[in-house]
Amino acid sequence: MIKIVFFAALREQLDCAELSLSADKAKTVNDIKLLLSDKSAQWQQIFSNASLLAAVNHDMVAGDHLVKSGDEVAFFPPVTGG
Amino acid sequence: MSKVITTKKRTSKPAILDEYTNQEISIQAEDFSLADEVTLLEKDNLTDGAVVTFTGRVRNNNNGNNVTSLTLEHYPGMTEKSLAKIINQAKKQWQIGRVKVIHRIGELHIGDQIVFVGVTSKHRQDAFSANEFIMDYLKVKAPFWKKEQIVDAGKTSENWLDAKSSDTDKADLWS
Repeated sequence: MIKIVFFAALREQLDCAELSLSADKAKTVNDIKLLLSDKSAQWQQIFSNASLLAAVNHDMVAGDHLVKSGDEVAFFPPVTGG
Repeated sequence: MSKVITTKKRTSKPAILDEYTNQEISIQAEDFSLADEVTLLEKDNLTDGAVVTFTGRVRNNNNGNNVTSLTLEHYPGMTEKSLAKIINQAKKQWQIGRVKVIHRIGELHIGDQIVFVGVTSKHRQDAFSANEFIMDYLKVKAPFWKKEQIVDAGKTSENWLDAKSSDTDKADLWS
């Protein structure tokens, strides 16, 4: 399984902090986005936002990054700390 | 369509949480003392003649809005890891001694301290540059998010802050 986590405004829009996906369904971060987009029209719209960032195992990655079972994949908006 | 199991609450803390947490980085809800942090940077440190500190505070205005408080969220584990990377980059680029980065999370009010960056070095220029670099990169790379509570004509509302392109532009100047 792949653990998927969401943060900040994204988490609130989805009303979901985390979920799990079967690892054989997705090879890349972009594949995961497509699977999540299938959930509803609202999720599709949210995941079509090009400014969303992705991290795998706590490192920022691009959409073509490969994923495997046991990975933690995070999606979140651009950061605003400091 | 794939099978997706949805849970609304986070079930566990990432195991990796403590791995990157060291003396140089503190993500905390509590306030910090500038004087105490300077003391720690200087204690038994006789080689460094320069100490540069930056403190960020909550201001009462943003984009013309009347801000009353902020809520800071972070990504436990990744935030520490990204700050550790930024500090290591600074150490490679400049000759610096001690580094301390503190970032507060949770609910903060007007005038509260949010962030602290302290750097020591033999000479001032490396300490100035490294401090500014760490702060600029923290702004655009470390996973923190601010939600502001605002009051307009007696009505309270809240919204997540948008990232500013000026912060990205500033960080890009270092590359």
